[in-house]
Amino acid sequence: MPEKYHIKTQPVPPRMPRIGKYGIVDWREDCACCHNCVKKACVYDRYRQEADYIRSLSEVNALFFDCMGCLSCVQDCTKGILKMAVNPEYEKLGNSYWTADIIKTTWLQAETAKIPVSGAGYRGPFSGQGFDSMWTDMSEIVRPTRDGIHGREYISTSVDIGRKLSYLDFQAGATAKNPHPLVSIPMPLILDMTSDVHTLPQLDEIIIQTAVNTDIIAIIEWRNKPVDEKKLEHIAFYLGPDSPALPNELLKKTRLVEIADSPRVADRIKDIKAIHPKIVIAIRVDLAAGGIERAIELAQLKEVEVIHVSADLNGNEIGAAKPRFIKDMLRQIHTALIEKGCRDEITIMAGGGIALPEHVAKAIICGADVVTINLPVMIALECHLCSSCRPGMTCPAKLEKIDFQYGVGRMTNLVAAWHDQLIEVMGAMGMREVRRLRGDVGRAMFFENLEKETFGKLFGTRKSN
Amino acid sequence: MANYSEQEKAIREILPENTVKTLVPQEKVTRDVKFTPPRYRNEIARYIVHRNGKCKLCGKCAQLCKYNVHTLKPGYKYFGEPNNHLCIGTSCEKSGHYCIANCPNGALELKESSMYKTMGDYRWPADLILATWKMAETGDVPDSAYGYNYQCGNSGGGFDKLRFKFPDKPPVKLSEDEIDTSILLNKRDDGRPKIKIDIPWYGGGMSFGSVSNATQLSKARAAVAWNTFTCTGEGGYMERMRPYDEHVITQVATGLFGVREETIQRVPIVEFKYAQGAKPGLGGHLLGDKNTVAVAKMREAVLGISLFSPFPFHSVYSIEDHMKHIDWIKHVNRRALISTKVSTPTDVDMVAVGSYSAGTHIVHIDGGYGGTGAAPDIAKKNIAMPIEYAIGRVHNFLTDEGARDKVTLIASGGIRSAHDIAKAIALGADGVVVGTAELVALGCIRCSRCESGRGCPRGIATTDPELCKKLNIDWGTQRIINLYSAWRKEIVRILQQFGMRSVKELRGRSDLLMHLDYSNDVGVKK
Repeated sequence: MPEKYHIKTQPVPPRMPRIGKYGIVDWREDCACCHNCVKKACVYDRYRQEADYIRSLSEVNALFFDCMGCLSCVQDCTKGILKMAVNPEYEKLGNSYWTADIIKTTWLQAETAKIPVSGAGYRGPFSGQGFDSMWTDMSEIVRPTRDGIHGREYISTSVDIGRKLSYLDFQAGATAKNPHPLVSIPMPLILDMTSDVHTLPQLDEIIIQTAVNTDIIAIIEWRNKPVDEKKLEHIAFYLGPDSPALPNELLKKTRLVEIADSPRVADRIKDIKAIHPKIVIAIRVDLAAGGIERAIELAQLKEVEVIHVSADLNGNEIGAAKPRFIKDMLRQIHTALIEKGCRDEITIMAGGGIALPEHVAKAIICGADVVTINLPVMIALECHLCSSCRPGMTCPAKLEKIDFQYGVGRMTNLVAAWHDQLIEVMGAMGMREVRRLRGDVGRAMFFENLEKETFGKLFGTRKSN
Repeated sequence: MANYSEQEKAIREILPENTVKTLVPQEKVTRDVKFTPPRYRNEIARYIVHRNGKCKLCGKCAQLCKYNVHTLKPGYKYFGEPNNHLCIGTSCEKSGHYCIANCPNGALELKESSMYKTMGDYRWPADLILATWKMAETGDVPDSAYGYNYQCGNSGGGFDKLRFKFPDKPPVKLSEDEIDTSILLNKRDDGRPKIKIDIPWYGGGMSFGSVSNATQLSKARAAVAWNTFTCTGEGGYMERMRPYDEHVITQVATGLFGVREETIQRVPIVEFKYAQGAKPGLGGHLLGDKNTVAVAKMREAVLGISLFSPFPFHSVYSIEDHMKHIDWIKHVNRRALISTKVSTPTDVDMVAVGSYSAGTHIVHIDGGYGGTGAAPDIAKKNIAMPIEYAIGRVHNFLTDEGARDKVTLIASGGIRSAHDIAKAIALGADGVVVGTAELVALGCIRCSRCESGRGCPRGIATTDPELCKKLNIDWGTQRIINLYSAWRKEIVRILQQFGMRSVKELRGRSDLLMHLDYSNDVGVKK
């Protein structure tokens, strides 16, 4: 039996004081000294843990640790002097897209590598923008596991990156066409370049080592820096318009390279292929004005193997007044390529706005073969997304001081947790291969469709959106 | 504890068809509303009244307040802490009995509680939690002075955007006694009992393990009082539930925990759980910490390990297989009705019709926003459709297939209030299953920690012996009875406004609904 894909993980505790959502505060000095303090009776033992934890800190700046928010102590206190409040530090985390809840769950996964599990039902809005306006399907009695009987361990998440033949042609018992080179990775995830503001020492090395640990690939901008050749299998150098030339001996040892889009991109591909015919080349296309059309145009060139479409950090069309979201842009590209008859020949990598593991599955359903992420792995390092990453500003997470092992451990844990959650969603859908999930919108339900089919018939025209 | 199983075992052999109707004496519980105050020393409230040191103990506040916020216990010199949860807050300002303004010494202050802001979520806002507590306390909807929105949540879609289009005045004036809220659970003419429940809902499956036995028993006793049902969930059938057998649904789920022929024979309804709305397609999950000695014994499992009910039933890969399942139960218990609980995939309508054709009496669809004792967060939000979409699809498809009046359609997964129940029925369900709301009546604040460590610190969703003591069965029973009473009264009021004599008339009347985000002009001549 072939070895199963498994990411080795171990807990990596945070470096910084934990920022919990809730905290208990004493708001009146009116303690009855009843010696029956409900704090001691906290069923989660949080008060004791918090006291020990705060004592262990080098500076006391963690007033809110990790209250579970059950309110038991508040309600049992003899004098009613305890009150619960939302931690203001928690509310400052992130922004409207990368919410505090997303940051908190990412931290938790980076620490433990576990799937977040909780009691009670869903607590959020009925639906929302972007990926929150779709639901994945599940299989029920009449088709419990459409790909046959299997357990989670038999679900494959591996994908092939490159140009594929649309059909095989045999002559004299052999294939008439040679298949194109392909790069296989065991999970449809690639670690993308981090934004310019995240220029930390060792960051590239940490991301590369995470790619090695998780057997995936990291896209790293080529800056003429020394690189460990043993790890080249897990590196895809990005060659931008201003990048220095990548030495041929390095190029020949890599499997995948990414180049910037340009009018003479086909010639560039030919030049690279002349040096290393078995390399797979991805073209990065920003989803700015005309980005969708450009991606569709490129996909029809016979030289093009992989297109990496990239929206902004929040998944929006770059620079547009009324931006479209990555999910909708992907569906448009995917559908257009099907109509052009070339979808199965091209690999689409998509990035921007991928904040949670469900976004990976949803982006794939919308048409991506592979998903790329960058911000989640930075958040794994305890980044607050406070936008203070400028000279002269102090980073609250002290990212400039991260240790190599810590960084690799946290990022590896996050990727492992995401992989496990992708398996969960695929298991629910009865899918055995992630490759079969690509573009399969039949495995999803979209808000606008459900509303139209259900409430549209009953109540007429939807006013908003 | 009486060993009921042994008694039945001795008698079973002489009964026809090897089938046992429960022989355990069944307890009766009255459905009278009794005032049942909350159980904590400091109740959470929307407003906090603070008495400062200027108080001269004149007692004017206590004389003025008709909500009993201020009380001086007999024999005490000083007032106790104000009963904040009874205070109606700023809406009292214009009433003339506003203690804050009328205190001659300016000793009272009012402010909004910080905890009110920390409580609740989009689906269960703080208002709805506090209102549900109030209903469990009094047996009726909260006084309008409290200003609680007890009808819906704040999720921005589904039930929360649907409203009834009430006529200006009822077409017929009906008294409460003239209105029937019962529904029939067996619509097949198959010789099995025509079970009728007095209210259009019953209690959802919560396993022993996910919740305490006090919770299960409180639910069961309330079900007896209201002539409806509760469900064991998949975790075994406690002997202590036996006096309520006639109001219990036992569940057969993929893990088959605690399922024996003998337990199947105890009850009038057996439910197949194919999936659960909160985690569709993922099976059941009891974390190791909650697998205590009692749970492990009940489930015949190893102490302390996480228990999974795998998805799916590995003996069911088609409707024909499903039919074999149903036939098996029907053979084991000749008087039982069969309920089939499924989740809401895109083809939920096909699943429902298939299940009907396999012989089920009740199709129970559980939407994606349903409750759970533990589920991966990724599952709660993202898999399967909300119940609001599924009800109409299934109702219409069953109607088109000519099967609608031969099967009972039950909806669940995010039913939180009487208005949700009525809306679900108007969309096409016969009745609903509720779960979380019952737990809220027992004092749940939806902190989502049911799965953590020893479980719920309120003694609701735990099997920890120490924590279980926090919930008293009589208190819990009455709280749920009161909640049911409040809901029934509200449903009666809805039916009164439409001039309907039975809740059955409301089924499928989506024309009586409107959606706040739509033009609502379907069928309107322009």
